[in-house]
Amino acid sequence: MRYGLIAALSASVAFAGVSLAGAADLEVTHWWTSGGEAAAAKVLAEEFDKLGGDKWVDGAIAGSGSTARPIIVSRILGGNPMGATQLNHGRQAEELVQAGLMTDLTELAEKEGWANFIRPKSLLDSCTFEDKIYCAPVNIHSWEWMWTNPDAFKEAGVEPPKNWEEFVAAAPKLKEKGITPLATGDGWQVNGIFTVLTAALGGKDLYLKVNKDKDGEAARGPEMKKVIQALADARSMADPGYVGRSWNEATNMVMTGKAGGQIMGDWAQGEFSTAGKVAGKDYDCLPGLGDHALLDTGGDAFYFPKNSNPEVTKAQMKLASMLVSKQTQVAFNLAKGSLPVRGDIDMASANACMKKGIEILNNPENIIPSTDQLRAPDTQGQIEGLAAEFFSNPDMSVEDMQERFAEIVESAY
Amino acid sequence: MAGDRKPLGLFRNLNAKIAALPMIATVLVVFIGCTLWTVVYSFTSSRSLPMLNFVGIDQYTRLFKSSRWMVSVENIAIYGCLSLVFSIVVGFILAVFMDQKIRFENTFRTIFLYPFALSFIVTGLVWQWILNPLGIEKVVRDLGFESFNLPLLTDRSLVIYAIVIAGLWQGTGLVMALMLAGLRNIDEEIWKAARVDGIPTWKTYVFVIIPMMRPVFVTTLVLIATGIVKLYDLVVAMTNGGPGISSEVPAKYVYDFMFAWANLGQGLAASTVMLTTVLIILIPWAMLEFGGRKGRAG
Repeated sequence: MRYGLIAALSASVAFAGVSLAGAADLEVTHWWTSGGEAAAAKVLAEEFDKLGGDKWVDGAIAGSGSTARPIIVSRILGGNPMGATQLNHGRQAEELVQAGLMTDLTELAEKEGWANFIRPKSLLDSCTFEDKIYCAPVNIHSWEWMWTNPDAFKEAGVEPPKNWEEFVAAAPKLKEKGITPLATGDGWQVNGIFTVLTAALGGKDLYLKVNKDKDGEAARGPEMKKVIQALADARSMADPGYVGRSWNEATNMVMTGKAGGQIMGDWAQGEFSTAGKVAGKDYDCLPGLGDHALLDTGGDAFYFPKNSNPEVTKAQMKLASMLVSKQTQVAFNLAKGSLPVRGDIDMASANACMKKGIEILNNPENIIPSTDQLRAPDTQGQIEGLAAEFFSNPDMSVEDMQERFAEIVESAY
Repeated sequence: MAGDRKPLGLFRNLNAKIAALPMIATVLVVFIGCTLWTVVYSFTSSRSLPMLNFVGIDQYTRLFKSSRWMVSVENIAIYGCLSLVFSIVVGFILAVFMDQKIRFENTFRTIFLYPFALSFIVTGLVWQWILNPLGIEKVVRDLGFESFNLPLLTDRSLVIYAIVIAGLWQGTGLVMALMLAGLRNIDEEIWKAARVDGIPTWKTYVFVIIPMMRPVFVTTLVLIATGIVKLYDLVVAMTNGGPGISSEVPAKYVYDFMFAWANLGQGLAASTVMLTTVLIILIPWAMLEFGGRKGRAG
């Protein structure tokens, strides 16, 4: 099966190779395919084509990152690199960089002084390997948000919640009205809920202990138990139809009042704004679930696989420089609902929720590293499997989950 | 004399042997070579790139401690048994009905065989739409049966049966076509003889026709069995392993760890276990099938 896949991929790439050879058409792969995301990708494509000469060839891969990443990685490993690709900054590209498959951007970054304006500093750090810079961060996305529909709560006769505890308390009322309290999908979305609960209910200390220090004792402790108990609450608040639901469908449930809230990163905001909803009126946002206002600074970055064609390399540099430029940062992030990677630009046109986010980011104390940056993909996979199993199985006890979680944490590298 | 014979044996049918060389090379390099590579690297701690740092049976210990793998194995066993039995039985019965010189045979044959023209991805999506809470369940409820429940995709213990149903829907048509071809190959004279002897039709099928169709059954069995081992796309399209991990299958475990979770060693260990299982079933069967025949013929 594996070889079949590679063969199929090489075949599909062969066509791309032909078009690459002629002019500096830069094939850019990404997985921005939902409404808000596609609009943001279009901004980038238009900006790049405006520079003249080179052309943005859109290589959108349908499905979430977990579908797209393997395709992207095997293309690079298989010796058929694209011109540029989106990845999440963090450890996903670690080994590709180590193997020398990525273009070095250090020269460009030094010339333009990326280190002076990219904030927080950790973004550039995760692009750096042995003092060389290999990626251009384009935005900051944080997982730690909950999106709620105040009207859904009013219809059920309860105050719209200000934090997780109130949300849990209001859930039975919502259910009586036939409203799903918590909209979600399966797999990585459940894993996201788990991670967010760890940060928002457990606080920064616990989050860093279990994710960064791989501290098995903390993972077995009472604080962590509280978090897993909250995940059990979340389990009882989801509807059975969550299997196979994509995140933007879940967001849509919140938007239309079929669900009370959704725990999802701030990319969900792109969906609300594409639908013309107003923050603070049609929907509410609770950063850090209204408990601990911590935000992780994961997000997207562009990597530029090494290429034999010098024209392509030149175009890669041009794209990298464009991605972090002021103009692109404003236009792109407004479309995507994410926060910009530079602090020196005017985001006055940002909405109420984005402003909340920018304010939280201004205090470095509130910033936590994302799990993409802290955990190896292998650990992520194990934890995702565990969280998904727990979420789907109401018979699995909190103690059982906690013990297995602790085992994974201890064996993580 | 004996010395002369040897080269003669080697050079007999020389053209045919030369023509077979590319295939022999492919088998040696691709199948055997890559299999060995897989087994060797399953004992290493390779992450996303293969590296030769051996860690003994660590990957295997972890594999069998993983509840996701155990669920996968259980699922493939359920899927395998049910789809093997039902597709052969249902396929054969359909073929028998088809063989009754019915009207519109061509139309029916097309209808039954049509799902096979769809890929597993399409099959999976179609069945996901049918079975998800907004599909049949909603239609029946809208008709007035408020309490109607069809939790095939959302219930942990039922979801694998939903996949079996979709798999059968897709694959039974082919089995029927094969069986029908087999039935048509049976000489009319046999039927006449059976009728003259006054043997009931069902007895003729079970004791005369089915044994005569042995090669067709073997072909069908091999086709279905390979389909079972490589079950992957149907699950991905229908449930993506959910709810939780309830419909995971081994091939998906291998893929996820190799590509998505960057743990090559773990993925290769899982595929080695898959290979071993297949060999354990295959070798005795092959010896019986091919070794036995030689004895009979001799």
